Amino acid sequence: MEKKDLYNYILGIADNPLILGQRLGELCGHGPSLETDIACTNIALDLFGQTRSYFQYAAKIKGENATEDSIAFLRTEREYTNVLLVEQPNTDFAFTITRQFLFDVYHYLFLEQLQKSKDVNLSAIAHKAIKEVSYHQRFSSDWIKRLGDGTDESKKRMQNAVNDLWRYTDELFHTTESDEAMIAEGIGVDVKKLKNIYYSRINKILEDARLEIPESKWFQKGGKHGLHTEYMGYILSEMQYMQRTYPNMTW
Amino acid sequence: MSEDQIKNLEAQFEARIARDEKIEPKDWMPEKYRQTHIRQISQHAHSEIVGMLPEGNWITRAPSLRRKVALLAKVQDEAGHGLYLYSACETLGVSREELYDQLHTGKAKYSSIFNYPTITWADIGAIGWLVDGAAIINQVPLCNTSFGPYARAMIRVCKEESFHQRQGYEIMMTLANGTPEQKEMAQDALNRWWWPSLMMFGPTDAESVHTAQSMKWKLKRKTNDELRQQFVDQTVPQAELIGLTIPDDDLKWNDKRKSYDFGPIDWDEFWQVVKGHGPMNKERMNARVSAWENGEWVRDAAVAYADKQKEYKSKQAV
Repeated sequence: MEKKDLYNYILGIADNPLILGQRLGELCGHGPSLETDIACTNIALDLFGQTRSYFQYAAKIKGENATEDSIAFLRTEREYTNVLLVEQPNTDFAFTITRQFLFDVYHYLFLEQLQKSKDVNLSAIAHKAIKEVSYHQRFSSDWIKRLGDGTDESKKRMQNAVNDLWRYTDELFHTTESDEAMIAEGIGVDVKKLKNIYYSRINKILEDARLEIPESKWFQKGGKHGLHTEYMGYILSEMQYMQRTYPNMTW
Repeated sequence: MSEDQIKNLEAQFEARIARDEKIEPKDWMPEKYRQTHIRQISQHAHSEIVGMLPEGNWITRAPSLRRKVALLAKVQDEAGHGLYLYSACETLGVSREELYDQLHTGKAKYSSIFNYPTITWADIGAIGWLVDGAAIINQVPLCNTSFGPYARAMIRVCKEESFHQRQGYEIMMTLANGTPEQKEMAQDALNRWWWPSLMMFGPTDAESVHTAQSMKWKLKRKTNDELRQQFVDQTVPQAELIGLTIPDDDLKWNDKRKSYDFGPIDWDEFWQVVKGHGPMNKERMNARVSAWENGEWVRDAAVAYADKQKEYKSKQAV
């Protein structure tokens, strides 16, 4: 097994909670109610916690003085391999909650499989994370229904968000070379196999929410190969600000 | 009720407080007691919510994952404090919407300290160390205040605040022990937050309008000046320990008083910020008002959905 493939594989997992947590962190104190504010912050906390577990493990594999922070903060944009979905902005609460929902359903299915990984570290992280993600999924699904079947305005906003973010869902089921290598080893999750169940779950909840399932077959991809949307550079300049401005310091 | 009866009730009420009994929401209470508590508890709740903004300002830029998680957790705690303080306030017969409205229209106040900007990472340390430190000194006596729901909320708030205070001090210590740039950042933050922190205890006793009544109702156990002195005496050695300098040339140990003497506070600055003209008053209010306005459709939808579910269930029952 190539050490590099395992390292890349872990980053491919962990960059998603990292960037999604970063997006949720922007909202802290600006939510539509105190209760949703607390819930979104809570989800961000879970996601960063998971990110740290993955990066601490990745740092050990990499060696050469790598730390969770050097991995989180000191890569170039092309080296981040999160999916495009998680870097999309908090346009309004409909976008925030739809982005969350589209990711949570995938995240849960993914962790279910990762629990069975032959890599004991990844399996252990998955066992812990899935409990958290099960709550995330319930929270975002409930809000999809509430807002989809709430008022005319909320329905319009939700449909708009679903239509807009739909194009980023297909990428969740793409694999990279490192992914394939890890699947072959029994370490990685074959996400291609999750696609059908993902869409059937998503569609069921959208139907419950009386929202239309987009028909578009045009999808975007690239995140997994480090090709991001224009938003990514701004996310990173903010996130990396301290580490770049004051290199090699302890905080 | 006749005037005599009311006087009798009032006498009984004051006697209960004197015996250190808790007043509960359903108990009779003088209208002034109710209003004073609505004012103070809501002001406290608003401070928690507005206080999320200057600290939230650094979540996306926190220098390490560990610091990011700790800061998120801290800001979430503040939201939680806001939540149970608003709930305590609601037991006095006022709704959360009314309280928000008072905040948004400028009728209600919040702690002025949050009208200062957080411009460097060290400000996050300084807020935890100084601002939460000052808040604890103000709040610990409230754990024994006469109004039950407030006293109980404060017990939990104080526990969390003391954790925040240690966390803030630890950030400052790390900076003070770091590179010259980091130490300078820490000193600069201390220079900017020291005086506003002293102002958190309010006007001097001679100027304070609410002190006498509040002491009687155990909303206050010590005067503003006593609490301020306690803060100075507690904080100066902490600064010395990590090699930072308190920005006050007049600061000197007074062996006779067994306390530090300190220089005069700029009360003009205090009143300027209290009256709404501090560096960030407008921005803080805009952020709160726009969060509320942008969230209106979400809250409306949640209500509409709940109504539909009820209707659906009652139809099913038929």
